[in-house]
Amino acid sequence: MSMRLPKQAGEWISRDKTVRFTFEGQEYSGYEGDTITSALWAAGVKVLGRSFKYHRARGVLSFANHDVNVMVTDGNDTNIRGDVVALGNGMQLDAVNTDGGVLKDKNKYIDSLSPLLPVGFYYKAFHKPARLFPFWEKIIRKAAGLGVVNFNYPRITKRKLNKHCDLLVIGAGPSGLSAALAAASEGLEVVLVDENQSLGGSLTYDYAGSESSRKILEELQAKVAETANIHVYTGAYAAGYYADHMVPVVTAKGITRVRAKAVIVATGVFEQPPVFHNNDLPGVMLGSAAQRLINRYAVKPFNKGVVVTANAHGYRVALDLLNAGAKVAALVDMRAEGQRDDLVGELVRKGVKIYPASCVYEAVATSDKLGVQGAVIFPFDEATGQANPGKSVNIDCDGIAMSAGWAPAAALLYQAGTGMGYSNDIQQFVPNCLPAGVFAAGRVNGVYCLQQRANDGMRAAAEVLRYLGKRPPEVTVDKHQGPSPSHPYPFVEHPKGKNFVDFDEDIQIKDFVNAAKEGFDNIELMKRFTTVGMGPSQGKHSNMNAIRILAKIRNLPVEKIGTTTARPFFHPTPFGHLGGRSFHSHRLTSIHAWHESAGAFFVDVGAWSRPAYYQQAGKSKQQLVQEEAQAVRQTAGIIDSGTLGKIEVCGPDAALFLERFYTGKFADQKVGTTRYALLLDEAGVVVDDGIASRLADELFYLTISTSNAAAVYREMQRWLQIWQLNVGLVNVTGAYGLINVAGPAARDIVGKLVSIDLSDAAFPMGAACETEVLGVPVRLVRVGFVAHLAYEIHMPSAHGLNFWLALMEAGAGYGIRPFGTDAQRLLRLELGHHLAGYDTDGLTNPYEIGAESALAMDKPFFIGQRSLKIIGKKKVAKLLVPFVLPQEYSGEMPQDCNLVIDGAAIKGRVTSVAYSPAAKRIIGLAYVDPARNQPGMVFDIRTDNGSIVKATVVETPFFNAD
Amino acid sequence: MKLLECPMNGVRPLSEFLFGGEYREMPDPDGSDDYEWAGYVHYRDNAPGVKKEWWYHGPSGTWFIAERNTLTDEVLKTYLFGKDPSGKDQTGSKPNKNQTTGTEQSI
Repeated sequence: MSMRLPKQAGEWISRDKTVRFTFEGQEYSGYEGDTITSALWAAGVKVLGRSFKYHRARGVLSFANHDVNVMVTDGNDTNIRGDVVALGNGMQLDAVNTDGGVLKDKNKYIDSLSPLLPVGFYYKAFHKPARLFPFWEKIIRKAAGLGVVNFNYPRITKRKLNKHCDLLVIGAGPSGLSAALAAASEGLEVVLVDENQSLGGSLTYDYAGSESSRKILEELQAKVAETANIHVYTGAYAAGYYADHMVPVVTAKGITRVRAKAVIVATGVFEQPPVFHNNDLPGVMLGSAAQRLINRYAVKPFNKGVVVTANAHGYRVALDLLNAGAKVAALVDMRAEGQRDDLVGELVRKGVKIYPASCVYEAVATSDKLGVQGAVIFPFDEATGQANPGKSVNIDCDGIAMSAGWAPAAALLYQAGTGMGYSNDIQQFVPNCLPAGVFAAGRVNGVYCLQQRANDGMRAAAEVLRYLGKRPPEVTVDKHQGPSPSHPYPFVEHPKGKNFVDFDEDIQIKDFVNAAKEGFDNIELMKRFTTVGMGPSQGKHSNMNAIRILAKIRNLPVEKIGTTTARPFFHPTPFGHLGGRSFHSHRLTSIHAWHESAGAFFVDVGAWSRPAYYQQAGKSKQQLVQEEAQAVRQTAGIIDSGTLGKIEVCGPDAALFLERFYTGKFADQKVGTTRYALLLDEAGVVVDDGIASRLADELFYLTISTSNAAAVYREMQRWLQIWQLNVGLVNVTGAYGLINVAGPAARDIVGKLVSIDLSDAAFPMGAACETEVLGVPVRLVRVGFVAHLAYEIHMPSAHGLNFWLALMEAGAGYGIRPFGTDAQRLLRLELGHHLAGYDTDGLTNPYEIGAESALAMDKPFFIGQRSLKIIGKKKVAKLLVPFVLPQEYSGEMPQDCNLVIDGAAIKGRVTSVAYSPAAKRIIGLAYVDPARNQPGMVFDIRTDNGSIVKATVVETPFFNAD
Repeated sequence: MKLLECPMNGVRPLSEFLFGGEYREMPDPDGSDDYEWAGYVHYRDNAPGVKKEWWYHGPSGTWFIAERNTLTDEVLKTYLFGKDPSGKDQTGSKPNKNQTTGTEQSI
């Protein structure tokens, strides 16, 4: 039977555009502008879903996504909120969480078992034995689930935009609209956000029957439309409040991060259900839901209904129902005093019987339990909250509208750090201490009278202007007058229970009583034990009622119970909205493309991508690394080290700066030479080491390990600021490329390209100079990190590939071979060099790695020096030593981080270990007991499989260089 | 996301900044005993309240001092080291010989 009403002013549907869809296999049609729920309800479909736990039939409750009675699946997408999601042509919808369809759900038997399933039942019953839990879990998950997740869901990422404004107004009801207009008229750039498709908030359903309020709304909408500095986002929810007024605004298309100078929260209130037996039957709905159906979508909620209320709103709902052609069989007012204004007379004139000081004791279900057939009305003692069964009245009806009160939509206010207090005048939490730049207006601020709500918006706008340094006129708002819009305790006990507080999680009054009996009588504990407010609607329709029940149980005033904070996001937000683009940035050297074409296997080193080794078909990584290393030992290898940190330290105080920054001496360093540079932190822990080349009196050129480069440069900048030395720091890491040619043939190869004398006498180990290669100015450094003979050529990075090709060509006759970081690690290990950050950790001091010679303790100051004076007095706990395994060793290969043990005691660990083709045995570095550090001494390494390997301390290098 | 004011570049989002730890006045390394020095290096009282902190603006490479209330996460002011506009800041104004301007110092 169609429930669609004739065309009416203000409706949100386009009747000339029919939309066809299916629900549970049946074909239906609605209009463009309908939501899924409104189209189904208009078609006379009342069972729209099954509840989470007991599989009870459910229809419309809030019709505003404040409950999840209507959650449907459509192809790829699941858990679609039928209340607010627009109907689309060709949708094939099914209710989630049913076994065999929403009408004949096979799991509905669980409802009859509900007395056996008290709150906490699943926690307790299936907790032990643990081995059986997976079995139970499978059954429970199947029965008590939401939509089925599609694991083949396509990856759809949504755009993220940024928007800056002076003022963000959240909520476009009467107060939000007034606030936006008032602020915009003073020249502020305003962003106005509302979750509905159309502006107006409650004016689009409550009061919508009245000609005069419709006119007010149309005027407000027109003014906003013609105000250029109000930027409107409809169909968009403010998802959370983040520091310094950043609010993500979510639409179907993606997220806009709005950064405002001030925020007005005019989010209104959520209607809260009064609680009585069977208050969840399809046909029992909130008064505001009935109004939304009627005034936005022209849908009659039911044919003959009962209105149960505790405020003036319920009377307006009854009038709207009458206007929509529904019969109102009774208006039940829970208040002892009832309503005292012309609304009463109006209803009485229209023949509505009013029952003051009464309650709906229960909704009577139809025989199939899929709808309402009547209401039982009892006298209600407001003071004690007790229904009096003496004089009951039974009324036939097919629907019940409920209006007993409201809870503030204050999630964003809480997140911003607002202090909320309970107002007894309106029985509601209201903000009483707002953070700077955050303002509240309208019903969320406790202002209910329609005229005053508009006033409150202007008052908030004036406060924003004052906050931003302007001088607007004062706006006053009248204090709330008359009866409270919310009932302090709208609960009716019933021996059969089924009086629902949280519709998401099927939680009844008795569940709270039981939880309190078990000791969970604090709001945070009660929330977690009963799961109230933990369902998909996050307590929007249930938290306030839970607080009221707990206050009654504990016999405390409501404000003593406190509230829980609803965290972002305000509504569940798809992952596609949140997910990023998996963008991971790499720095590449100018030779990268060559490495790729040569089959390099890349690894991340700091911010850089570097070849670990060069792959060849049919050869293992291990084999290739050994070959690359052997090439360096036998003829020559070439490695792209352009990733190393390179910093120029220049100026009159350059040497002084380095003397303070590093442990060694640099003042007496001769131009054209290099020195080892060891960096400690203030605790005397080894941070990094590198090479300092003095290129001129006032110019040092530092190389720093790839992964530490950024951090070391930052520390240089900080200490320079503290010391205020006359020094310039230039980070030339990206500006210079670096190629290292190493091996016995290195001198011949490099000599082909450079004109200077490379002989040991003219250019010995540690020499550095500026010269010209291939017509380009370069820096040439003789180094010994991976081989006894090696040259670093530092060239402007754009020339890197040219140099690489030229060196490869020059070395072709010598069998030059490119090598990667894996071979580099092996080569430096063969020479006995430690790697800072690899062979050291966050506690290693220089004495433990035998770096005393790098410490110029006689200098006036260097970073870490004072701490070393303390550390130096103590006994060294462990020492890094080179070790070898017997040449014939064929057992378990020790790994980095294997422990060095002595009986049961841990003495240290292996930091580097590898098979050395040059030494023809397994070699490594390990921390050992200082008493075992002499060459020839033996210590034990425990390998991954538990076997003990005897290692012998040796001297470095590990091999005989010829 | 929080905003922070870099003294050189103005208000920028927090993602451009790096926290550099609490600012501590270095005692004279030669004039302090081991206990005092170890306290400087290792001890943080972590009590909530207004702290001077090092912050680094990454894109421009600017270190600066932020006075931040660690209880409310409110940044009271930011300035370059030693350049507190109120003049009350002691950073760099009470130098020991390793924190002072170094050109006159022999090495």
